[in-house]
Amino acid sequence: MSDPRHSLPVGEVPALVRADLRLIAELIEPRSRVLDIGCGDGALLEHLVREKRVVGRGMELSQEGVNASVARGLSVVQGDADTALADYPDAAFDVAVLSKTLQATRDPRAVLRQLVRIGRHAIVSFPNFGYWRIRGSLLFCGRMPVTPSLPAPWYETENIHLCTLRDFTALCASEGILVERAFTVDDEGEPRRIRSLALANLFGQDGVFLLRKG
Amino acid sequence: MAGHSPPKSPAIGRALPGHRLEIGPEAPLRLDSGASLAPAVLAYQTYGRLNAEKSNAVLVFHALTGDQFAAEDHPVTGRPGWWEVMIGPGRPLDTERFFVVCVNVPGGCMGSTGPKETDPATGRPWGLDFPVITIADMVRAQLRVLDHLGIDKLFCAIGGSMGGMQVLELAAHHPERLHAAVAIATAAHHSAQNIAFHEIGRQAIMADPDWNAGRYLEAGTVPRRGLAVARMTAHVTYLSEPALHRKFGRRLQDRGALSYGFDADFQVESYLRYQGASFVERFDANSYLYITRAMDYFDLAADHGGVLAEAFRGSDLRFCIMSFTSDWLFPTAEAKRLVHALNAVAADVSFVEIESDKGHDAFLLDEREFHATLHGFLNGTAERLGLPTGALRPLDLGDRDPGEDRIS
Repeated sequence: MSDPRHSLPVGEVPALVRADLRLIAELIEPRSRVLDIGCGDGALLEHLVREKRVVGRGMELSQEGVNASVARGLSVVQGDADTALADYPDAAFDVAVLSKTLQATRDPRAVLRQLVRIGRHAIVSFPNFGYWRIRGSLLFCGRMPVTPSLPAPWYETENIHLCTLRDFTALCASEGILVERAFTVDDEGEPRRIRSLALANLFGQDGVFLLRKG
Repeated sequence: MAGHSPPKSPAIGRALPGHRLEIGPEAPLRLDSGASLAPAVLAYQTYGRLNAEKSNAVLVFHALTGDQFAAEDHPVTGRPGWWEVMIGPGRPLDTERFFVVCVNVPGGCMGSTGPKETDPATGRPWGLDFPVITIADMVRAQLRVLDHLGIDKLFCAIGGSMGGMQVLELAAHHPERLHAAVAIATAAHHSAQNIAFHEIGRQAIMADPDWNAGRYLEAGTVPRRGLAVARMTAHVTYLSEPALHRKFGRRLQDRGALSYGFDADFQVESYLRYQGASFVERFDANSYLYITRAMDYFDLAADHGGVLAEAFRGSDLRFCIMSFTSDWLFPTAEAKRLVHALNAVAADVSFVEIESDKGHDAFLLDEREFHATLHGFLNGTAERLGLPTGALRPLDLGDRDPGEDRIS
């Protein structure tokens, strides 16, 4: 879109802290139309708008996040991924991004369907519950795991629908959603392209999937 | 009611400061009712300077009983302008960067042609012969002021309450005239409850014998009691239960015990009586009828086959919709209806609900988060358009209190 209103000038943007967000930013084509669902305080969105010149919109559940995002010049609405995505028309965006939010939705399958409906592509990142430290925590300690990706104890976590990489790919398959590219990321290392799902499901801390409707 | 002063002269507008645009019979204001209005006057005020490209203009739409004196001491009441917290150097509408225009709506009573002015056909005050005005009429009239100033495209149009309705009307039907639309504490239509409150106010005015079927200026009377009751009713709708409780509770007014009578025993009664009495000094009763009617008639979806989203289809404006948690006159649910409609056409929209216990009037007050968020939205828009951005500076109204006589 050439209209100058919709893109902020390139400026000094702090580097993205989260590895999954850095990978998501790399996956997005410059100047595309992006909806970031669960955009938090707008860090990824501002990065995309300034560095990739995207036409960026955000949706965020928390009012503090929305206010912070709008105050930094972004176009963000208060809304719930479980209900508000139905408002948007088909293929309204080139990419719909849902970063580490799917596991906190009430109906992840419905949200996934909405993502590939309103975005020509969808990018979804989530913590992998098949990660070996999580398995180990359950197997050896008999306790619900607490990891850098899942820092809250079981009684106060917002993550009500956790899944493994294998669970997620199975859901995509049953919904007829194509996995275009798939990665694992952890806190330090480079993102890794998923070649063996069995290995990735054991050693990948988070999964990042580029999807589209089949 | 206290403080009886002689009726105001209908010519008061002529003595007001500010600018006047005279509409001649060659190009009358064509109204939704089918009537035409000319000659007519639009009184307006400006703050800041228009840049050479005429690209830094902001049109501020006032609310029901507001007027063009948004950011200066009011020439009639002497009180601070109704949006001095918003407009000025270092404020969200920074007059060091933006050129702010505010126009008294037609039908109003602060210099623009309204029912208290003289009907050229009869030589008498218009009274109820004045044509009914709609929100769309108000917007078209204000575009005439922009035309006069040579402003093709606003940087931003902004307003709260009825001002927000005008923002939505402008954005929906004249999108080529603005880049950004900020609609605060408003709705795409006036709800049944809001029409009901307006009807109470109008009936109070018309039940006052001094109203004289709208011909009170010729009769030399002022429908003080009716207009004051209208204001008292409306004023309650601008507040919230927590705000009233915090401010007054059940405290008694200048007495230690109940009087067992109908004096203003409670502070809240005394406050409302004061609000009613002071309003009568600055506002025309017939204008109140006309402007409340304009709000009642507003229904943006009705103009688009009942589908609100159609009003904004293809729009490339930046929208900012804002609501306040304790506003029950224009509640967040109304703002969300707007946001749903804007999302349905994938418009560029921001939506912010501000936490405040001050009710509908919060949009007029010094609410820090409201101003900071709005400032960010305006800065973001300015940055995109290549206009200068600026920092928000703390409000300094000296020892003046902007918080008493609100103008919703």
